[in-house]
Amino acid sequence: MIRSITRQKTEAEIDQLLEGLGRIFIIGCGTCVTLCRTGGEPEVKEMKDKLSKKAKMVTGTLILPVACDNLTQEALKEFSPQISQANALLIMTCAFGVQTVARQMLLPVIPALDTLFIGKEKGLGQFDEICTQCGECVLGQTGGICPVTSCHKGMVNGPCGGTNNGKCEIDPEKDCAWTLIHRRLEELGQLHLMKRYQGPRNHQKEPRPGKYFVPLGERS
Amino acid sequence: MAHPFRQTLQSGKFVITSEVGPPKGTNLDKMIHHIDLLKDKVDALNLTDHQSSVMRFPSLGAALIVKERGGEPILQMTCRDRNRLALQADLLFAYQRGITNVLCLTGDSIVVGDHKTAKAVFDLDSSQLLATIRSLEKGKDLGGSDLDGAVEFCAGAIVTPEANPLEPQLIKFEKKIEAGAEFIQTQAVYDLDKFARFMNYARQFPVKILAGVILLTSARMAQYMNKNVPGVFVPQSLIDEMAGAPKGQALAKGIEITGRMVRRLKEEKICDGVHIMAIGKEEVVPDILKAAGI
Repeated sequence: MIRSITRQKTEAEIDQLLEGLGRIFIIGCGTCVTLCRTGGEPEVKEMKDKLSKKAKMVTGTLILPVACDNLTQEALKEFSPQISQANALLIMTCAFGVQTVARQMLLPVIPALDTLFIGKEKGLGQFDEICTQCGECVLGQTGGICPVTSCHKGMVNGPCGGTNNGKCEIDPEKDCAWTLIHRRLEELGQLHLMKRYQGPRNHQKEPRPGKYFVPLGERS
Repeated sequence: MAHPFRQTLQSGKFVITSEVGPPKGTNLDKMIHHIDLLKDKVDALNLTDHQSSVMRFPSLGAALIVKERGGEPILQMTCRDRNRLALQADLLFAYQRGITNVLCLTGDSIVVGDHKTAKAVFDLDSSQLLATIRSLEKGKDLGGSDLDGAVEFCAGAIVTPEANPLEPQLIKFEKKIEAGAEFIQTQAVYDLDKFARFMNYARQFPVKILAGVILLTSARMAQYMNKNVPGVFVPQSLIDEMAGAPKGQALAKGIEITGRMVRRLKEEKICDGVHIMAIGKEEVVPDILKAAGI
């Protein structure tokens, strides 16, 4: 399953964002941020204790089951007495959750997390970014490994000169995507695909912000 | 427009290029001193483009200065900092001002440099930049529009003969030649037997190859490169030779080694020329040439 991968902002940054806001309601989420250990039940509790020690009043906490879901609206309604006591919402979900909540409430929303990427869990507690939704899928030419995402420079014609022993120039822990792609295409007997020159990519395939309508006849 | 460097490449002579790194700031005295020192001793001078992703005086400006002082510039262009509009515009400007040689590079990562939070562009890669040049030469830009006045460049690229694994690198090398590279300046090589084997493969392509040589200034520098510079491998015998130099004589030993390598590459006709990189010690390039018997 794909997951929204998050990292908690530094305490100093959160303190700054909460400056002048005395009464806080904290929202976590039971899905991706629980897996990332950035906004599940234990983290929300820890945040509550921290804020209480800083003389903030925490009017309540809520762990939404899936913060980005439309049902969030109902869950928030149930907690409206405690929420209405607060002068800001500290939201420990990914940015999808923050925006879903912000659309429902006329209260300042403070994100406690940074949303890093949409990733896949590779092993326990290990998440990799494997698709950046570029709008122009090249996986058919690259053995099913995405160079737009997995290559630090997003190169589509092969490795740069920074590749070293199969690793990336920016981090010896990161695999060089093109070493992996080369190996895979060799196994598949498809090295000819790597030898084909790829022209400049279309970066406006879906101009930002992305918007898509399922054609009318197919919506039923 | 005349293309003196292309003529040199085609003349069959052993080609010598070197490079100058523009400074951080507007005081160009040292760079101009290096340009004046080298411009008549080498066939062309590369001007590095924010080398190692460190912001500096632009390579285009430095190439103009080489031109003004009567030298032959090779404009290095990376794809890290400019999108396809800016790259094409700079190519038009360069050509219009008489700069006719370009070395196309993808560019180092932003995060290795001194502006670590900047946005990396990489709208094009090195092979696409080469293809862009060939398109501009036909009077068309990448948007498909006609140019009023085209360009003509002697275009080059790089390869890392010591890359590990090598095979993906060679596929990219062949794509660069297919995209229009006329000359190749290699990443630094030290093991010349191994490089000669690379040349046996590379000779089949219609491209001139200049072996990259980096001046060693100490045994520690050699060890540092082995550890930190992708695709550079200094053999232990050379490290020992550097370490064995008498105190204060390491630079002289480095000049001797580099000169010896250049001489061998030339005498045994291993490749078409050399690209001498004396990172920060440009003033000793004439000594290297002297040690090489050139």
